[in-house]
Amino acid sequence: MNSFWIILFHTYINKLKTKSFIITTLLTVIIVLSLTNLNNIIDIFDKDGGKENVAVLDETGQLYEPFKKQVKLINKDIKLSPFEGSVTDAEKAVKEGRYQGIVLLGMNKENLPLATYKAMSIADSSMFTDLNTSLQQVKTMIAASQIQLTTAQLEKLYEPVSFEKIALEKNAKTEEELNQARGLVYVLLFIIYFSVIMYANMIAMEVATEKSSRVMEILISSVSPIKQMFAKIVGIGLLSLTQLAVFLSVGYFSFKQNMESLKEGFMGVYGFGDIPFETILYAVIFFILGYFLYATLAAFLGSLVSRIEDVQQMITPMTLLVVAGFMIAMFGLGKPDAPFITVTSFIPFFTPMIMFLRVGMLTIPIWEAVLGIAILIATITILAIFGARVYRGGVLMYGQSNSFKDIKKALQLTKKE
Amino acid sequence: MVLKLEHVMKKFGDFTAVDDLSLEIPDKEMFGFLGANGAGKTTTFRMILGLLDASGGKITWDGKPIDYSTSHLVGYLPEERGLYPKLKVRDQIVYLARLRGMQKTEAITELKLWLDRFKIPEYENKKVEELSKGNQQKIQFIAAVVHKPKLLILDEPFSGLDPVNVEMLKEAVLSLKESGATIVFSSHRMEHVEEMCEHLCILQKGSPVVHGSLKEIKRSFGKKNLVIHADFSLDSLKNYPGVVKSKPTMEGIHLQIEGEYIAEKILKEIVNQGFIRKFSLEEPSLNDIFIEKVGDSYE
Repeated sequence: MNSFWIILFHTYINKLKTKSFIITTLLTVIIVLSLTNLNNIIDIFDKDGGKENVAVLDETGQLYEPFKKQVKLINKDIKLSPFEGSVTDAEKAVKEGRYQGIVLLGMNKENLPLATYKAMSIADSSMFTDLNTSLQQVKTMIAASQIQLTTAQLEKLYEPVSFEKIALEKNAKTEEELNQARGLVYVLLFIIYFSVIMYANMIAMEVATEKSSRVMEILISSVSPIKQMFAKIVGIGLLSLTQLAVFLSVGYFSFKQNMESLKEGFMGVYGFGDIPFETILYAVIFFILGYFLYATLAAFLGSLVSRIEDVQQMITPMTLLVVAGFMIAMFGLGKPDAPFITVTSFIPFFTPMIMFLRVGMLTIPIWEAVLGIAILIATITILAIFGARVYRGGVLMYGQSNSFKDIKKALQLTKKE
Repeated sequence: MVLKLEHVMKKFGDFTAVDDLSLEIPDKEMFGFLGANGAGKTTTFRMILGLLDASGGKITWDGKPIDYSTSHLVGYLPEERGLYPKLKVRDQIVYLARLRGMQKTEAITELKLWLDRFKIPEYENKKVEELSKGNQQKIQFIAAVVHKPKLLILDEPFSGLDPVNVEMLKEAVLSLKESGATIVFSSHRMEHVEEMCEHLCILQKGSPVVHGSLKEIKRSFGKKNLVIHADFSLDSLKNYPGVVKSKPTMEGIHLQIEGEYIAEKILKEIVNQGFIRKFSLEEPSLNDIFIEKVGDSYE
């Protein structure tokens, strides 16, 4: 077998077997599973079907029925029941845990409803909001009938104004589509950001470990450093794809199973209902290109240090670049058509994230995406040629080496004269 | 399969590490590289292996430069020892051997032979970091020779080993030579080179000060050692013309003389003075030559 493949699989299999890799993968799978099963999990904890019992002490004797009706409309899970007895008895019942809380209903001087809510704690604000809204509606109805408004008049008052957004550009995404794209792009951007940092780090560490354990000299006398560098980059790339494949397939199947309940929830709003194939394709392309860009950079930076402790210091500038790209992309989520975003999407180190943001959120001409990809490929090629030369010299350099001057020194080492 | 270095030069910026080095290492021979620290031994090895490009001159093996296409024929033990600390001995050797073009099963068989030979078969499934330094060094040696190289470059193979292990390793090196490998090795220890090499080269600040076969070097050095043990005082010989150095010992005196003829004269001089227990004319040791050639220029 060619030595390229030997190194590739050696790197891949060894990394696959490490505890840290297995643990991160498992943890992320658990997170993905719990996110997609969020509704089921919430149901498990709410054993009594999520019903919340609230006692109502109606002093007026006429507010209970309309109030109950309204509450039912707003939140089915709140179960109201009339309470016979004094306020002290009701408070006691709450303390004993028979009710979540009590609502004391009364009338003020103008014959409008007035209420007090009592519970053990008032931390559950959503229930209070629901009760409040319901009572507000009851009050509106009573007030309306007091000033003799008809239901038709009332409806008119509350009718929402018609206000539509229309994009003039052809194929432009509608508001709804934009919202959907935003969620999807956000998640994919995060995956790109996270993986690039994690795997670039892994490569730099791998190279530095071989150097600091001095096994490097045997390696480079057997196989050319350039071959080694790329075998390593591809090997770890394969590892990242393996991990991504695990996440995506777990996520996909778990999602499919919980499709019904999720569609109603936030996932539906954020565009996971039907994922456009194009977006996924671009995500994979930019993920791979972004990975190669930063991996090449990390490999040659890693080759410059001789102690593992210096790795972080060496690759900090690179990490900052990734973080900057991510920040710009986050800003771009809200304003993807800003000129600033357009410009940065053509800067090589930002392209993977920002060009992806643009193709995911906007309808940009295909040549722009292709140009972005071409710029990336060109940068990767240049970086690889340059990086390979630095790597070749860098792996032979030992001693105090954690400054960028060493790049020059490493290049000199590979020079002929 | 002659390894030839022709006017090889290496510069790092303004610093000249190796200067006009020409050598010819015959096939199936053992060649010794001597030199003080920083004399350019490791740089020369790295150039031979193609890890560094020479700034000038030419290095060929069998008429061709050594590059990665011949890497399966070359074995290298670097001066800075290093293996993957977390990897098991077996995985380690198999990986490195496969990179040198060996098959997995063949590498395992060969590894087992070597482990038996070094009397450490129980280490096959241990992690390298769990082994003692001496044993790590044996593993490192195995890594350099497991693929049966035709050209073996050993940078300080015996440093840091106890005498028993040095013997074991020496035997291994000699057996490799017998099986037809050309071996180049460097050492600070003169006696190892003296014992094992037919040809040698002493490097001094990047250029060869002595170079040739051991016998010839000794002959052309001219000076001889003379050891005399006698019952009477030999102090007067210190200033005898032709005596270069002298060192009194418990039983007599140790002299370095300019040539054999001086010994003859001295013998005539002292033969009537009393009983002579020992009068022996010895070849100069490599140590003497090294100190003379390298040590002097430090002054």
